[in-house]
Amino acid sequence: MQADLAIVGAGPAGLSAAVSAAAAGLGVVVLDEQPVPGGQIYRNIETLAATRPAHLQWLGPDYAAGVALLRRFRECGATYLPMTQVWQVGHDGRVYYRRNIGHEGAVGIVHARKVLIATGAMERPLPVPGWTLPGVMSCGAAQTLLKASGLAPEGRFVLAGCGPLLLLLAAQLIRAGRPPAALLETSYDLWGALPHLPGMLGLPAYLMKGLGLLREIRSAGVPFHRGVTRLVIKGPGRAREIEFDAGGRTFTEAVDLVFLHQGVVPNGNLALSTDIRHRWDELQKCFQPELDAWGRSSSDMVHVAGDAGGIVGAVGAAAMGEVAGLAAAADLGRIDAAALEQRSAAARRLLGRHRAARPFLDRLYRPQQQWVAPTDPDTVICRCEEIRAGDVRRLVAAQNCPGPNQMKSFMRCGMGPCQGRLCGLTAVELIAETRGQTPAEIGYYRIRAPIKPVTLGDMAALDVPSRHDAVNP
Amino acid sequence: MFKLLPDAAGATVTVVISGRGVAVPEGCTAAAAMLMHGAGITRTTPVSGEGRTPYCMMGVCFECLMEIDGEPNQQGCLVIVREGMRIAPQLGKPGAKL
Ligand SMILES: Cc1cc2nc3c(=O)[nH]c(=O)nc-3n(C[C@H](O)[C@H](O)[C@H](O)COP(=O)(O)OP(=O)(O)OC[C@H]3O[C@@H](n4cnc5c(N)ncnc54)[C@H](O)[C@@H]3O)c2cc1C
Ligand code: FES
Repeated sequence: MQADLAIVGAGPAGLSAAVSAAAAGLGVVVLDEQPVPGGQIYRNIETLAATRPAHLQWLGPDYAAGVALLRRFRECGATYLPMTQVWQVGHDGRVYYRRNIGHEGAVGIVHARKVLIATGAMERPLPVPGWTLPGVMSCGAAQTLLKASGLAPEGRFVLAGCGPLLLLLAAQLIRAGRPPAALLETSYDLWGALPHLPGMLGLPAYLMKGLGLLREIRSAGVPFHRGVTRLVIKGPGRAREIEFDAGGRTFTEAVDLVFLHQGVVPNGNLALSTDIRHRWDELQKCFQPELDAWGRSSSDMVHVAGDAGGIVGAVGAAAMGEVAGLAAAADLGRIDAAALEQRSAAARRLLGRHRAARPFLDRLYRPQQQWVAPTDPDTVICRCEEIRAGDVRRLVAAQNCPGPNQMKSFMRCGMGPCQGRLCGLTAVELIAETRGQTPAEIGYYRIRAPIKPVTLGDMAALDVPSRHDAVNP
Repeated sequence: MFKLLPDAAGATVTVVISGRGVAVPEGCTAAAAMLMHGAGITRTTPVSGEGRTPYCMMGVCFECLMEIDGEPNQQGCLVIVREGMRIAPQLGKPGAKL
């Protein structure tokens, strides 16, 4: 399959980029591993709006806003490949994918002149004792089940961690008639965030929305513990109890389920695997691709938009997608520089406002050190290979191990099926802390394609030279 | 572990979870089906044999690796159910049997 622009990800960024690029005359192919377009925020929006419109009420207007974007996307003429996992992007513009995952899968290649990576965000893991027990899931998982299938948690459950999404999910569950037994907030720093308030004032509605969520949670009578300093989930066999310290006291709650959340970070493995330049962002505490204002990376072939390029939120992601789509059209000669400036002006202004508002939110909910570098040595950090925080600290101290890639060669941390997605940032923070260096100095795992499971048969079918280090990074 | 909201009931399909036929919402994922029926344990780990539930439901954590229609190593949170689909937890290493 040929395309002027291949877009990986059908969230607000990818969808808006498809609309603007197609309008500028590019042939666009959008690939996404989900069965329906919308990304994380607008998950399942089209079907939900058609089959259970009452749920739009309590999922809220920010979710419902997706209906209009999806309509524009459906009409824009882009080719859309759902249930299609991209496992490699080459600097020659080849986008390797597997379609119809779980069914009769088939592999293929899109030959593109430009590739836009819009793979969005994932939740930052919150590694605490007991977080691998059955019955412990992420807040995003609970929200996804609500949106995708109308499924709500059963029994007694608590939400723990920090970030806007924690509060949003609590409010959504309250409105759905399934309030959490308690809300435990781990990181919150109003004083630290205040210097960034002016940027946030450009989006007064967001500030009001945040305060509204807090009011809703309090008036529903959900116990809200701010300033939690310790969190332990206990079994046996599954999550049965959560123990936590707050305000100098220790509390326990009986639970059937626990939902954790600690903000979002770029879902970065695809961008990392292309070897485009990345840098550490201290405010967002994650690695991000280095991009210009138009979403161009250090590679001519690869552009990045949306949360994949650094967290900007859904509206910011859509604005950045629109800009990146137009920039790709300009780079491919379909529109001239003046048209690029003019057509992207509104989106760039909107993006600017959302970018300016970020530091306040990032700082307000920036995780404190103990939540990104667990102090308890028995806390699992690599869920796949069951490597514990103490294992990493001991190795780094004893072997003078300089970084995550050297660590990998000593222990299997980051080498399981998730390819380091769930342990990468924790490993970096642990190594940095133990060595007395910054994460920027430590660096990240070297991520190699394929970034999703593929078989040697798949590679043979596409005539990809098989590299054993690629199959098992 | 999860239950349909009272006003969310719609068309269903029948899937077979560990040998038992159950009705689940059309369009839901294999992982969601497991969370609706039974203990929700989608895999046991190859290292310690601990049970796990899906963690992210968006394709990043790989805790939902399961056997679907006899194929091991499927990311259950990305696979949409269809009539008669056989779903089973993945025990330990891919292909291990109870
Ligand atoms: C679980 C979760 C829930 C969230 N809910 C909300 C919310 O309710 N409200 C809110 O304001 N913000 C929410 N956010 C924040 C959200 O990420 C952004 O606001 C917004 O969705 C970002 O848009 P995006 O287009 O950059 O990426 P996303 O919306 O994340 O879209 C990225 C898309 O890329 C696809 N993808 C990723 N990797 C691949 C690959 N290798 N191959 C193929 N496809 C791939 C994904 O399936 C996804 O559809 C949520 C974030 C997460 C992680
Ligand atoms: S639940 Fe995380 S990948 Fe499926």
